[in-house]
Amino acid sequence: MSTNPRMDARGREESVVPISSSADIVTARQRGRALAAALGFSGSDLTLIATAISELARNIVEYATTGEIVLSPDGTAGRPGIVIIARDEGPGIPDMSQALSAGYSTGPGLGMGLPGVRRLMDDFEITSHAGRGTTVSVRKWLP
Amino acid sequence: MRVPILKQSQYVIASIQSALSDEELLQLRDDLAHDVGKYRSRGVIIDVTVLDVMDSFAVRTLRAIAHMIRLRGAETVIVGIQPEVAFAMVQLGLTLEDITTALDLEEGLACLNQQMAAGTRHVH
Repeated sequence: MSTNPRMDARGREESVVPISSSADIVTARQRGRALAAALGFSGSDLTLIATAISELARNIVEYATTGEIVLSPDGTAGRPGIVIIARDEGPGIPDMSQALSAGYSTGPGLGMGLPGVRRLMDDFEITSHAGRGTTVSVRKWLP
Repeated sequence: MRVPILKQSQYVIASIQSALSDEELLQLRDDLAHDVGKYRSRGVIIDVTVLDVMDSFAVRTLRAIAHMIRLRGAETVIVGIQPEVAFAMVQLGLTLEDITTALDLEEGLACLNQQMAAGTRHVH
């Protein structure tokens, strides 16, 4: 199994998908889609969430080689939703504002990665330290 | 899983059956570029109906496939992009640029027939 469910402090199920190959990208987005569907998301939201997970997992494979995607229910804003955390211990992002501007990419991608993910989701946070890795947290709330 | 490629008269049809990893998508690219020569096809249809996600890599690879197929002397039509997937692509800013798309397999075949009848040979 490439995923292992574990419980968070409030007893809700979260799943951690280790990311180290392109097959893991597929696993992560299918897992995320299933969790989002279980939480009550439907239609285009499921696709937007799965696509965002795909891009985040792809960033890990392209820039950091390995990392993980953590999928869990979210209630932090007082409304139900899903939170997706993409975490790696890769090289980090040297110029954050550049990485968040459309069209920029140092990798083989389209340069749509992070700005695109930001547009797909309701909330977007990123922390990155040179040489110590990057963590991206994104949320989508139930409509 | 390898995407099955069927020859139908002067066309080849690739019907994607399940979510594809990057390697499987690249395999499809190589298979199609090869099969267009093997069957001397004038047109290629790629049916993406079952794909529930088309991320930047998938879109970029489909564009590369269509451009390669054109260099091999045939035209490509992508069919079956689902409404939710189209929405996500627009949100992400992903485009297929000059690649022809059609609603479904039937429309895709009609599209190729039209292009063949018009004797369209794109020069890029």
